[in-house]
Amino acid sequence: MSLIARHLESVGIATTSLSSAWSITASANPPRVRFFDAPLGHTAGPPRRPDAQRTLVAEALELATRALDAPVIEPSSVTWIEAPAEVWKAEARALADHRSPRHDTPQYDRPDDAEAASS
Amino acid sequence: MPIEPPGDLDVVDYIAQTRDSYAQLGYDAYRWARNDDPPAMQPPVDLASARVALVASGGIYRVGQVAFHHADDTSHRRVPMSSDVADLRVSHFAYDTTDAKADPNVVFPVEALRALEADGTIGSLAPDGLTFMGGIYSQRRVREELIPAIEAELREMEVDLVLLVPV
Repeated sequence: MSLIARHLESVGIATTSLSSAWSITASANPPRVRFFDAPLGHTAGPPRRPDAQRTLVAEALELATRALDAPVIEPSSVTWIEAPAEVWKAEARALADHRSPRHDTPQYDRPDDAEAASS
Repeated sequence: MPIEPPGDLDVVDYIAQTRDSYAQLGYDAYRWARNDDPPAMQPPVDLASARVALVASGGIYRVGQVAFHHADDTSHRRVPMSSDVADLRVSHFAYDTTDAKADPNVVFPVEALRALEADGTIGSLAPDGLTFMGGIYSQRRVREELIPAIEAELREMEVDLVLLVPV
């Protein structure tokens, strides 16, 4: 996604980003990032906490209001309270491959979705 | 050099995690994007008058749309920002989608953006969010296929600011 941010910014379209993967995002070096320290899969906020989601998104948008001459990554004020940090971070650091097989046909969330898409 | 996290923030280093996991599995090291040259920086945006678009890579599609496949799918979907979240679905192979299935806002913050439009924080929302399945291993195909398509959509919607939500 940082490649998209850098490209858009280079062609005149302002961007701001969210991220929960500091090293990956910092390596790709996009212009503006609000960092949410949470397990992957929740970049835009904790589930079913609309106030926290709104705060996080507002904090990402706020970065675009600043006159910056260098890229910035700033932590959000929103915290992940769904699990103790030492627990979820230990799981995230475990040497396990959680990916599922990569199929080259549409992978529907629910069986009915395939029928809805073809009708 | 990449921006370092604050000293009091104990972030998970996913580059190191991926390197070590791949090594354990006998795979070649994954080559994450690395840009030491600074990005272009657009001038500040006045949020209260800005038209804002959402671009998200969590694999969100709307009921009635074809789901993403998982073998370097560089296609994207236009998901109306007026969508009921009950009609949003998730298709992705590389992260735990349990919470995204229960509350798609965690990777596609449509309700937060609608609230920020309603209270005047932002001027307006682009009519559609743009979504794709971000587990694309070919950076060449991202550059040659996905990025031009996303840029064309954003130009058509005449947006002032884009919120990017990776997973």
